[in-house]
Amino acid sequence: MTATPAVESTVDGSATGYRAAATLRVGTEIRRQLTRRRTQLVLGFLVLLPVILFLAFRFGSDGNDTSTQDQSGGFVTMAKSGAANFTVFTLFVSASFLLVVVVALFCGDTVASEASWGSLRYLLAVPVPRSRLLGVKLLVGLLYSAVALVLLTGVAMLVGTAAFGWHPLRTMTGDSIPADAAVLRIAGVVGYLAVTLLVAAGLAFLLSVCTDAALGAVGGAVLLFIVSSILDQVTALGSLRALLPTHYQTAYTDLLTEPVQWDQMARGALSALLYAAVFLSLAWYRFLRKDVTS
Amino acid sequence: MLRVLPRRRRDQVVAAVVVLLLAAGLGVWFAVRAPAGYRVENRVITVRTGPHRDRPVPLDTTLYVPDTTPAPAVLLAHGFGGTKASVASDAKDLAGRGYVVLTWTAEGFGRSGGQIHLNSPDWEVTDASRLVDWLGHRPEVRRDGADDPRVAAVGGSYGGALALLLAAQDRRVDAIVPQITWNDLGRALFPESSGAPATDGVLKRAWLGALFADGLGGSGTAARAVPGCGRFAADVCAMYRQVAASGRATPAALALLRRSSPAPVLSRIHAPTLLVQGLADTLFPLSEADANARGITHAPVQVAWFSGGHDGGTGSAADHDRVRFLTAQWLDHYLRGGAAPADAFTYSRIIGYDRYDATVRTTAFSVRGGYPGLTAAGTTVPLSGPPQRIANPPDGTPAAVSTLPGAGFAGVSPATEVPGQAAGFQSGTLDRPVDLSGAPRVRVTAPVGAVLFAKLYDVGPDGRQTLVGGQAAPFRVARAGPTTVTLPGMVYRFQSGHRIRLVVDTADQAYAGPREPATYTVAVVSGLTVPAVAGTPLTDPAGIWYWVLLVATVVVVLAVVAALLTARVRRRRRQRAVVAEHADTPLVVAGLRKTYKDGFVAVRGTDFTVHRGQVVGLLGPNGAGKTTSLRMLLGLIRPTAGEILVFGHRVTAGAPVLSRIGSLVEGPGFLPHLTGLDNLRLYWRATGRPADTAGLDEVLDIADLGDAVHRPVRTYSHGMKQRLAIAQAMLGLPELLVLDEPTDGLDPPQIAEMRRVLQRYATDGRSVLVSSHLLAEVEQTCTHVVVMRRGELVASGPVADIIGDSPSVLVSVSDVDTAEPLLRKLSGISSVARADGGFVVELADLPRRDLVSALVSAGVGVDRVVPRRRLEDAFLALLERGES
Repeated sequence: MTATPAVESTVDGSATGYRAAATLRVGTEIRRQLTRRRTQLVLGFLVLLPVILFLAFRFGSDGNDTSTQDQSGGFVTMAKSGAANFTVFTLFVSASFLLVVVVALFCGDTVASEASWGSLRYLLAVPVPRSRLLGVKLLVGLLYSAVALVLLTGVAMLVGTAAFGWHPLRTMTGDSIPADAAVLRIAGVVGYLAVTLLVAAGLAFLLSVCTDAALGAVGGAVLLFIVSSILDQVTALGSLRALLPTHYQTAYTDLLTEPVQWDQMARGALSALLYAAVFLSLAWYRFLRKDVTS
Repeated sequence: MLRVLPRRRRDQVVAAVVVLLLAAGLGVWFAVRAPAGYRVENRVITVRTGPHRDRPVPLDTTLYVPDTTPAPAVLLAHGFGGTKASVASDAKDLAGRGYVVLTWTAEGFGRSGGQIHLNSPDWEVTDASRLVDWLGHRPEVRRDGADDPRVAAVGGSYGGALALLLAAQDRRVDAIVPQITWNDLGRALFPESSGAPATDGVLKRAWLGALFADGLGGSGTAARAVPGCGRFAADVCAMYRQVAASGRATPAALALLRRSSPAPVLSRIHAPTLLVQGLADTLFPLSEADANARGITHAPVQVAWFSGGHDGGTGSAADHDRVRFLTAQWLDHYLRGGAAPADAFTYSRIIGYDRYDATVRTTAFSVRGGYPGLTAAGTTVPLSGPPQRIANPPDGTPAAVSTLPGAGFAGVSPATEVPGQAAGFQSGTLDRPVDLSGAPRVRVTAPVGAVLFAKLYDVGPDGRQTLVGGQAAPFRVARAGPTTVTLPGMVYRFQSGHRIRLVVDTADQAYAGPREPATYTVAVVSGLTVPAVAGTPLTDPAGIWYWVLLVATVVVVLAVVAALLTARVRRRRRQRAVVAEHADTPLVVAGLRKTYKDGFVAVRGTDFTVHRGQVVGLLGPNGAGKTTSLRMLLGLIRPTAGEILVFGHRVTAGAPVLSRIGSLVEGPGFLPHLTGLDNLRLYWRATGRPADTAGLDEVLDIADLGDAVHRPVRTYSHGMKQRLAIAQAMLGLPELLVLDEPTDGLDPPQIAEMRRVLQRYATDGRSVLVSSHLLAEVEQTCTHVVVMRRGELVASGPVADIIGDSPSVLVSVSDVDTAEPLLRKLSGISSVARADGGFVVELADLPRRDLVSALVSAGVGVDRVVPRRRLEDAFLALLERGES
């Protein structure tokens, strides 16, 4: 307490040692999030899911093969035909809901939970520039989402290899893709999923900066996603459905045909990119002008 | 210009401009994208037609005239059973592309007069020729010469054959696009797959019945028509009755059908021809277009296959686009001199089913150098299976099902077999995919006279079988020995792991086979020849999406970069501005005002200053605007008016100068799952400043949490969190410490300790701003005080000035009524006011003891004399006013 105050020498009037670009580094934010039980549970569950699926296949009743000629039955039969198929199956059952929830959680809870803890105002008073705070938060949210996606795929691949062996990928159209090439295809599926999930990420992030209730942000994003999926089932909407953010969600199945069909995925990626850009722009616009009263 | 506007207004203006620009952009987009306008004229054109060109037949027509004329014309013909309305959407599309489009209802249909002659050159074809005459006189239509309009003929099925026949009969036609149509109607309706003439063909009964029914409709015409013949011409109806009854084609019937066929006249066609044929078409399979393509020798010909047809409709969305694109390109080139179409044959293969759009999904291929025909080189797949004895059922019942006319097989093939009536011959399991594009061939032996149906199945690893193309190839064994059966052209890929199965059937529901029961022995004596063309996958026309995606990505990236750069420049400019006279003043608040969106005014014009070395108390009851002021001071809330200078720098959200402030606002905020120590460490790490400048140990001493710093914060009591928060605010020993109700939750000894800490903190040039609603706390801790009430500044100054010895005293007396006149008479008193139980007396120069002695000597008992302090007066007064 006896030290004299530092002589002010910085141009912008900041304290000695302060640089806006050094505040809340990505590594710090990663640590802040990693220590949360929520993060650990989600990542742990994604590791567990392929194992659960494997056990379900292993110990579930085998059923009557001839009675499972329908689409889902065919899928289940194919899932056991090798690591690649098992991985595709795992992604297929996770993509439409589980991964959306996970991504919404990582990106939707990140700002809102700080607001509800009251720590947001102290970060802003550091000061972490608002834009930087959002940027780092989003980046880390996306990073964890990517880790989740890759983790799920990787574990599914490992479990699948151990359980069903390393066999060519059999597709719904009856094609058979060599296992090595199938790894590339699956990487493509993961990449496409990552792009489409940007919509969920953007939406959740937007809600996250608008509310102090972390659950509200996550739930709201998932809810809107479900509504969009439901509307997508209404064929009466015709070509309007192409404007729904979830319309191209399953276009990654085009990677599993021979030859690969890219056009739907290009449209899907475009749609996802535009939606994400709109949501994130709104998030930035809102947060940079917001009165932080949490 | 924007600079003069208040910030809020400026944001609104920017938002409005953005919205306007977007709207304008969308408007332009739709204006550019929207098809050019056209007008529609409905009229009945009566043409002189018939063998002698003397029979008037009224035709119901619609003319679509584009905005820009004269323009080339398109005759757009409809399919069998339709009217001009069935092609309206195609007509609008072409009109939008700038063509004059004439659609008409063919004679014998709809509101047109006449009878159905099945595209007879004397009737329907002449009708069309008359319509070309009519177009030749229209000023809207571009002309090649007198009575010679620039015109193309486009149509599908019935309309496609008309286009071919018209081009053969009328040299004025400049281009044609016949789609899913026939070459020889006799052979199409009486197919025979081993090369025998149509007299030996097997009647496609289901299709013939369906087509004939299409010609029976039309109200108000029954009276003048022969019963059961509808609007068919007598010769056509008689032919139908004969062949339908016998199941065999007579030479006379075949001659009539041949008259209605392009086959004999193809060599006379000089108009460039784009032949579009469907892969899902059991009525007019690929072989019909193949024969047309080979027959047209005096004009350029291009062929395209798509996934639709009489069974499959428009096929996949991609194919629909491709056919439209090819048609437009063909017309543009030959009618308007547009870019030449590539010399490429294109086709597509079904790769899946789109659940959402309820159509097949396809991938398209292109073959350079043009149409390769149906019998391209390919592979031979060995088939195995013993000779099998199969039964021909009486009257063809029960029969296998290959396809239901027009029902399509896009999703699932409805194919079934009848046990004992089908012989199967199977390949081994394929070790690599086998591509089929063309007409497969196989050699079969069977008794002479037998009528059989050959089909191809794809057998999956699980035993499920799919009828390839939905097609069955009928053949009649004409002589002993092997018969070569050519199956209809198809495009298919047999996957590795699958098997190919050839089935030879005795009866098929769609065909009229022999009625006598019989038993045949059938054997396969060759492998299956599978033709394949090597096509390169096409990405167009959906390729535009890749570019759009690329452009969008680049735009988004550029926008982000631009936003970052401008933000940085603006920030820098703002942050470096400094008010020199306040450069050494920790805090100057001037005219600060905050109005929330709902109209609530939290702070209304507050001014105060914090100098170095001061401990300033911000005193006021709850709701006085203290916390709002502190939030504005930290850049968390944007002031509506006024400004805050910290060391001469204007405070905005995230202003770097805030790094010289340590704060506790509205309670602590920690990550509950982390320990107190980790919270402080991570917080300091988040500031990005060197760890050795944090003074972590010193502030931990102040927090005095002992071992509790190693426990998660969520286990802390309110007071512990409060102490940790004060410690966090002191990290790095900031020059200005801002504490909002710091003693909240602390017990008395801790409060006393905190007082000492704060006073010590401000001894070496640092300053402290403490807000509180407790007078005593401010009085004991602060050097200066700012009193607020309802957002307004009530008083400010050094505590000593405000609290110090006050000239006013509260005097409680035993007899108020006696005392009052006495007091008023005393000199050296400024004012006297009654208060409960006594008076508030403001002394000018009279000592208090003289006041007391004056009262006592007058016989008034004095209970107590208490100095009144201004701060308390002010504070109490404002509290009272606040309550009233």
